[in-house]
Amino acid sequence: MRAFARLLDRLSLTQGRNAKLTLVRDFLKETPDPDRGWALASLTGALTFGAAKPAAIRKAIEGRMDPVLFGWSYDFVGDLAETVALVWPASPGANREPELSEVVEALRTAARAEVQSLIEGWLDALDPDGRWALLKLLTGGLRVGLSARLAKQAAADLGGVDVAEIEEVWHVLRPPYEDLFAWLEGRSERPSPDAPGRFRPVMLAQALDEAVDLARLDPADYAAEWKWDGIRVQAVCERGEIRLWSRTGEDVSAAFPDVVGAINFEGVIDGELLVMRGGRVAPFGDLQQRLNRKTADAKLMAGYPAAIRAYDLLLDAEEDLRQLPFRERRARLEAFVAKSRSPRIDLSPLQPFASWDALAALRADPPAGDAQCAEGVMLKRWDSIYEAGRPKGPWFKWKRDPHLIDAVLMYAQRGHGKRSSFYSDYTFGVWREDEAGQRSLTPVGKAYFGFTDEELKLLDKFVRDHTVERFGPVRSVRADRDFGLVLEVAFEGLQRSTRHRSGVAMRFPRINRIRWDKPAREADELSTLEAMLARGGG
Amino acid sequence: MTKPCAYIGDVIRPESLVCPRPAGLYCPPGDFYIDPTRPVARAVVTHGHSDHARAGHQAVAATPETLAIMAVRYGEGFAGAARPLAYGETIARDGVEVTLAPAGHVLGSAQVVVRWRGLTVVVSGDYKRRRDPTCPPFEPVACDVFVTEATFGLPVFRHPDAAGEIRKLLRSVEQFPERTHLVGAYALGKAQRIIALLREGGWDRTIFVHGAFDRLNGLYGEFGIELGPLAPATTEGDKRDLAGEIVIAPPGALADRWTRRFADPVGALASGWMRVRARARQRGVELPLVISDHADWDELTGTLAELAPGEVWITHGREEALARWCDLHGLPARALALVGYEDEED
Repeated sequence: MRAFARLLDRLSLTQGRNAKLTLVRDFLKETPDPDRGWALASLTGALTFGAAKPAAIRKAIEGRMDPVLFGWSYDFVGDLAETVALVWPASPGANREPELSEVVEALRTAARAEVQSLIEGWLDALDPDGRWALLKLLTGGLRVGLSARLAKQAAADLGGVDVAEIEEVWHVLRPPYEDLFAWLEGRSERPSPDAPGRFRPVMLAQALDEAVDLARLDPADYAAEWKWDGIRVQAVCERGEIRLWSRTGEDVSAAFPDVVGAINFEGVIDGELLVMRGGRVAPFGDLQQRLNRKTADAKLMAGYPAAIRAYDLLLDAEEDLRQLPFRERRARLEAFVAKSRSPRIDLSPLQPFASWDALAALRADPPAGDAQCAEGVMLKRWDSIYEAGRPKGPWFKWKRDPHLIDAVLMYAQRGHGKRSSFYSDYTFGVWREDEAGQRSLTPVGKAYFGFTDEELKLLDKFVRDHTVERFGPVRSVRADRDFGLVLEVAFEGLQRSTRHRSGVAMRFPRINRIRWDKPAREADELSTLEAMLARGGG
Repeated sequence: MTKPCAYIGDVIRPESLVCPRPAGLYCPPGDFYIDPTRPVARAVVTHGHSDHARAGHQAVAATPETLAIMAVRYGEGFAGAARPLAYGETIARDGVEVTLAPAGHVLGSAQVVVRWRGLTVVVSGDYKRRRDPTCPPFEPVACDVFVTEATFGLPVFRHPDAAGEIRKLLRSVEQFPERTHLVGAYALGKAQRIIALLREGGWDRTIFVHGAFDRLNGLYGEFGIELGPLAPATTEGDKRDLAGEIVIAPPGALADRWTRRFADPVGALASGWMRVRARARQRGVELPLVISDHADWDELTGTLAELAPGEVWITHGREEALARWCDLHGLPARALALVGYEDEED
């Protein structure tokens, strides 16, 4: 546990990619099995616990020390796990420090009622860094700024192999990955990726740079289709093994039994998972009801029926098509979908176009119907093979321009990590007229990116200078008809929402520009957003 | 807040012996100040940090080391007269006896023990209870009133073993041989302690130091504290010159353009504040080293428990939390709310 704690501690303050790789690689090199495997699992998000509830941890510490001193400590540090890790009283004669694998094993077999006392016993035995790591692990948010991909890259560096080789077998590996390390250290063969129903690494598109790319690309080389606004999935049926994978190789089958039940083919389809009613695509907000769930009940499935809109065919029965050009794969896909006649699988239609201008016009003004729900268009070279990763050139995504509104900053919250000294999460609102004709602000969204570091400093200063009230890490700032900071907010779409007072929710809102020049009273009205909703999801 | 210094009947109140005044802690019967923050006629100085040891007093009593440090910092004429007072030596005037006892904070640091009519007040200045190869350890003195600092007076401040922090630094140097490790450390005390700890940790290569440390490092040498081979942190224009080396600089230089001369530096900062991650993040520190010359929470409370003084007075830092602890443990305590002492850099 100590080595893992030191690693997390170091990672949490290290910015450079190469430095992070060195830290993780060295850790994997020096830490024995199975601890390093459990560490890799937690770094890649393959291992999560919701074992420790913040409230229970807080109760445990308040039983061990003066709650007033704890409260002051928490105010000073600002993070519950870190505060508890630091103030937890040393317990002479406590148990030996647990290894990471012991923690994992114990939690796996423990009855729910035992968990709290296990955790308290470990906190007694660990030092502050160890306690911090344990609490981060148990409360399920490492937040050390390391992506799963980078963790796999570090493992690849350890073995001197290409990270794609690890990604290709990742889905068959299970923590603590002893077979993976045996291979990386040259003690055994590479684990076989050839399990039926396995995930195939996905091909991704580059963002199109209009100014550069359109001038040099020939429209005749590319096929175009809508970029559907759902989540990318891979539907597999291979020798009877049926799986639904996310684009990162996560098995999401259990959450979508309706889709899994409709997989009636033998092969692998790459497509978009969407909520569809009567053959019509529903907005992303509907799909959101189905995401991040372990299962789905009949009511949810009836209300939000999911389906797949197919983009590509990777495997047709036993035949691997990935080395064929897109043109041929596409013809095979069309025949494949037609043959399957599954009610929950349809085809993403190609959009013929004569010139980039014609495609630009289509993208800017999609025809009525499903296309209104697309995020933009995809360009795929007719001759492109299906290549894992994000190769440069064969595929492009060309998203629609975002919507813009002018809103007024209402609340700001302290950020995380590098930004913990900054008010960097902003809640903004637009004007709403009440029955008496009075206008007041109603919050419509929250954004924490889109600005530069310089702008962040200015925003932070604005918040501190114009604070009206404080609620923990949140401050409300002055925002009325005569004074307020106008933010130009960009967003991808709009949905009705019952959770927001305003009745609308934005997709991917971010600060596009700070309108230091614009009077608050000239910011947008809620009616503008309602009109966008009426036009079909924004 | 200045409270009146007075007798109540026949009982001598400790405030008669030592009490806060705008210039600092004052001893009326002995007519001197302790660590005054503005020029006074007579001052006893606990240690050489600039917020405690100021220039311009008419007469100063302090340890020979502290006087030497003041001379290096302010020039030989830093005071009208300087009275060296070795640890354990006593000077008496008008029935007030003043003795200095080691405080374990930095070279020359002392607690001021003031005795008068059977009453003992110990003004500890800044102190710590950990071993420090550059100064003698804190010496507990039984007293009626213990005047304590509270820089790290919150239970979150639990300084780990300094040798372990040094191992962290050396391990990082091993992992990143292509980078320069730049350690921010306060110029007096911390820098020399880090160097001495590095030597104990087995680092016998040349340590590169910022120019601001030269004279104090030399002075430590004169007092017999071995720092090993040191060299100025200059490069011949090639950033790789100091790759794989350790450079020590004042904390303020860490974010300075001065650092651009080094190869992809790893910013380390040796300070008790580094215990809290947000502090490290705010300062852009990649490798926090929790090494402090101040007592941590356990040292503060442990010292109070050990001395069990009749009263605890708290000078500066997080007074309210330490006062709360005293309250919970039945020790009468009050915060003096002295201004002018800064410990942000420790």
